[in-house]
Amino acid sequence: MFDDFFIRALIAGIGIALVTGPLGCFVVWRRLSYFGDTLSHSALLGVTLAYSFELNIALSVFLISSAVALILIQLQKKTNLPGDALLGLLAHSSLAVGLVVIGFLTFIRFDIMGLLFGDILAVTTNDLIIIWLGGAIILLVLKLIWKPLFASTVNYELAEAEGLNPDRAKAVFTILMAAIIAISIKMVGLLLITGMLIIPAAMARNISDSPRKMVIFSVIGGLLSVIIGLFSSLEFNTASGPSIIAASLFLFILSLLRIKQSIQLKN
Amino acid sequence: MSSNNKTLVQLNNAGFRQNGKWLVEGVSLKVEKGKIVTLIGPNGSGKSTTAKIALGIYKNIEGNVEKYTNKIGYVPQKISIDWTLPLRVYDFMLLTENINDDAIDEALNLTGVIHLKNKNLGNLSGGEFQRVLIARAISKKPELLVLDEPVQGVDYTGEIALYELIKKISDTLNCGILLISHDLHTVMTATDHVVCLNGHVCCSGSPLDVARNNEYKTLFGEQASQILSVYEHNHDHVHSDEGHIKKN
Repeated sequence: MFDDFFIRALIAGIGIALVTGPLGCFVVWRRLSYFGDTLSHSALLGVTLAYSFELNIALSVFLISSAVALILIQLQKKTNLPGDALLGLLAHSSLAVGLVVIGFLTFIRFDIMGLLFGDILAVTTNDLIIIWLGGAIILLVLKLIWKPLFASTVNYELAEAEGLNPDRAKAVFTILMAAIIAISIKMVGLLLITGMLIIPAAMARNISDSPRKMVIFSVIGGLLSVIIGLFSSLEFNTASGPSIIAASLFLFILSLLRIKQSIQLKN
Repeated sequence: MSSNNKTLVQLNNAGFRQNGKWLVEGVSLKVEKGKIVTLIGPNGSGKSTTAKIALGIYKNIEGNVEKYTNKIGYVPQKISIDWTLPLRVYDFMLLTENINDDAIDEALNLTGVIHLKNKNLGNLSGGEFQRVLIARAISKKPELLVLDEPVQGVDYTGEIALYELIKKISDTLNCGILLISHDLHTVMTATDHVVCLNGHVCCSGSPLDVARNNEYKTLFGEQASQILSVYEHNHDHVHSDEGHIKKN
């Protein structure tokens, strides 16, 4: 019924949505959306390195994003610049350096649009293995650090006082962020990965009254976005990333109607 | 100070400096099982800082902290919770430890807020939230309770009931309590040991010893000293050599 590439893209997208759902909730709760942008912009550099040295793209992106996260932590300690300025500095400079390096790599033909906005045609069987295996590891690790991460998101001092080691949980979470960007870059594109993390979670926040519900709705929202987005991408021949994000925006708008309704009920 | 197996946490000459300024220094104290230690002192005297040193929230400290338990319940003085989180009282009770529903209901009943169990945390009043904070800290049946101004914003009758509850918890759970309070009246009836802070330990001892201390008098005034002395006649128990409490 469908071409193989479409089935692969669908399986890949579902794998990614299962992971971005819960991670995205933490991105919203911990106000890390700009941090996510910074990591994903730096992914371009990771991609160019992968092409230059014939590395696996996901691995190379993961390493570069983790390195940028480490540099950020060091800069936060050693400078007096505010966090958002540092994030902007790293986001744009790593994007710029990535684009400059591409300029030098004249011997390789780059699909820049594909890198920035995702390309379902590019998803190979190999990528599926990386997405599902990587995704499973990310979810498993997230489950292990859930308690301290969640407690310190609510209140750092309570978590620290009651022996949960929030600093370690935060460091591990940063690595998980780099990992999700690495496995979803081909599918969603580096400019839109943060949208995949935030928009379904934001939609879920509108219709949830407990953290558990928010995570579940966020996963459902992500899955629907991927399915609707990919089908319309096939139908209208649009790039996969923007189609998925547009679908999640549509769901977000629907969730706003629900808020309006409940406010009217209260009045 | 020597520690024994009843000691839960012990500060040895501990201090903490932030931006070149000592918030508190030279504090030695210990909290033992079944004992209530109260920190008193004026604003900015380092009470909360001392509690945070004991809890290990401040890490680069002078001196040292010996901690003999990991089962800790903490009621902070200030708590800012981000309302981007959809959080009900029930979810908050499970924040640092998975406790069963019975224990949650019991704790919420004790602090009188069981009816708020499924309410969103952001919709509570200050006093209600304070009761939830205490319920959360005691529900995990801790060995050490650290209570930083636990009854702030609670109505007067509630305040007395909560202090009675704190005393009861210390007896039934046999846990040690480090209490910070402004309310000399209510606190003194239950306290075993008082540490009076003013950037350093100004004096310490039983409530009576502290009340008679001259430094305490200059810090709080003659009137405060009389408040404490009132309880000379109200003590309903004595401490035997083993540290057990005997009712008179």
